Amino acid sequence: MAFLELRDIRKSFGAATAVDTFNLQVERGEFISFLGPSGCGKTTTLRMIAGFEQPTAGQILVNEQDITRRPPNQRNVGMVFQSYALFPNMNVAQNIAFGMTLKRAPKATITQRVSELLALIGLPGLERRYPYQLSGGQQQRVALARALAIEPQVLLLDEPLSALDAKIRVSLRNEIRSIQRKLGITTIYVTHDQEEALSLSDRIVVMNHGRIEQIGTPFQIYNFPQTAFVASFVGTLNVLQARVRNPASGELEIDGQPLTLARPLTDQRTGDTVAIALRPEVIALDGAAGTANRLRGVVEDVTFLGAIVRVRVQVGTEIVNFDMFNNPSLRVPERGQPVTLAFPVESSLLLDDTAEHAKQAVAAAAEAT
Amino acid sequence: MKRASFWSWLWIALGVLYFLLPLIATLNFSLRARRGVLSFDAYRSVFSDSQFYQSFGFSTEMAVLTIIFSVLLLLPTAYWIHLRMRWLRPVVELVTLLPFVIPGIVLVFGLIKTYSGAPFALTGSRFGTNLLLVGGYIVLSFPYMYRSIDTGLRAVDVQTLTEAAQSLGAGWTTILFRVIFPNVRVALLSGAFLTFAIVIGELTLAQYLLGGTQAFGPYLALVGRNKAYEPSALAIISFALIWAAIGIIQLVGRGSPEQRQLGGMR
Repeated sequence: MAFLELRDIRKSFGAATAVDTFNLQVERGEFISFLGPSGCGKTTTLRMIAGFEQPTAGQILVNEQDITRRPPNQRNVGMVFQSYALFPNMNVAQNIAFGMTLKRAPKATITQRVSELLALIGLPGLERRYPYQLSGGQQQRVALARALAIEPQVLLLDEPLSALDAKIRVSLRNEIRSIQRKLGITTIYVTHDQEEALSLSDRIVVMNHGRIEQIGTPFQIYNFPQTAFVASFVGTLNVLQARVRNPASGELEIDGQPLTLARPLTDQRTGDTVAIALRPEVIALDGAAGTANRLRGVVEDVTFLGAIVRVRVQVGTEIVNFDMFNNPSLRVPERGQPVTLAFPVESSLLLDDTAEHAKQAVAAAAEAT
Repeated sequence: MKRASFWSWLWIALGVLYFLLPLIATLNFSLRARRGVLSFDAYRSVFSDSQFYQSFGFSTEMAVLTIIFSVLLLLPTAYWIHLRMRWLRPVVELVTLLPFVIPGIVLVFGLIKTYSGAPFALTGSRFGTNLLLVGGYIVLSFPYMYRSIDTGLRAVDVQTLTEAAQSLGAGWTTILFRVIFPNVRVALLSGAFLTFAIVIGELTLAQYLLGGTQAFGPYLALVGRNKAYEPSALAIISFALIWAAIGIIQLVGRGSPEQRQLGGMR
């Protein structure tokens, strides 16, 4: 039995549907991310779990209790906001203690718990500071401690790191994860940052236009995306249009060059067009022979990105980007140079959707990021 | 650079003169009750008049009641508009500006006409009259009180703070009094001060609702009509009292270190 369950959740604002047929089961202690572009309904869903929005239809269950109609202050759900939302009139200790004082916990217990939590978030001894005396990262840690102080059944984080700068973002996200593991608290984390979602989560829920595109572990989401949207939103991706040569053996062609898929095509016939996805990191120059697919093309552009060098290659009418790891002895191909690209057979993904749809989804995802 | 500073000093000097000259003249005049010498006779006369204390005390009482009830009325209203009914804001702003458009004399006769007979006969009793007076003052204080609170609420992220408090288990009263109220305290104080100043000097409502010189405004008017030096003394005294009130508000407003920062929140 799942600890947190969302059943057929739908939310409409007037004529617009923000979230539709949202079904999710979360195990106790699991760390789940809602990932998607802005306006995809991830925050709305989170706010429905918190009780700030009422679902138009559907049920929300925590620990087998239906909390769909329960007001937010009776849900015992901890919330961390993008803007920290510490109470400016209270110092750190008072902020953290707020929820406990409302529950009329004894003073000694509160004092002890506050110092425990401050130790947990790595800010011991800052009880008397006021929010304006803290940096953004410190404020967000205090906000986390405040949410944890009420020992919530579920912890909700709404883009908690978006307002912080890059270095702090990475260190704080690791800290959030280790605290979450230590306390074993069921957590929902909303983000539009795929790196955050991939590095933190037990499972990721990828959302687009109010619907779930895919639910899976970071490994599944990245390596086996089920829709063109997921494939393109998570990581960078080449989407190529190929013509089917022989469905039974999974043979395709791009620009007259043969290409083999790891599995046979069931729904397509010879001459159909399908969309193939290729991650830039699976492609290599010439090199390894064997079972690899090979495509000849012409280098169109080379972009130096520091650790990697991204090369843009024209194959017929299609564009393929691929990455080379940088090192001082690397021989970077030049513009206009003909090259042969090689990639393992199993690394080319067949996207479910039609090729045209896939292109559109990729364009939409590129715009969103 | 020199030029700029010359002109700015000139304008400051002119402003100070404009402000201080009448005050100095009034002060000077108030000290001349005894022919040929400067004396505090006028002040002595004011302070020996029991009506001064009585009317000032009464008006202070009315002012305090007005402040309490207008805060109780307007803080939740403004809060709710910020939180849930932003579309209502222009309407409420218009309503709170009405006292500038409708003269006090219209307001007071409207009050008397409405509340002198059944079903709301309030003008007959002392309590009823005071109730009407406070009600009228609350309306008069709308523009100042509502705007102060509104400004205060704009400076904090009302919605997120409310949600944070809710998720921690707080109900509406707790949110209003422990989260919202403390964060708009300075704004409330400035609104309270303006209200205080208005009620203390108010003439029309007090004159027509109460009659006589029960309130401070009518008392000032009466003294102004009948005496020579005492009105000036009274003017200086009121001025001093109001400045004392500002000073107290400043002190209270800066009482705790965190309050200084609130202007820059969000």
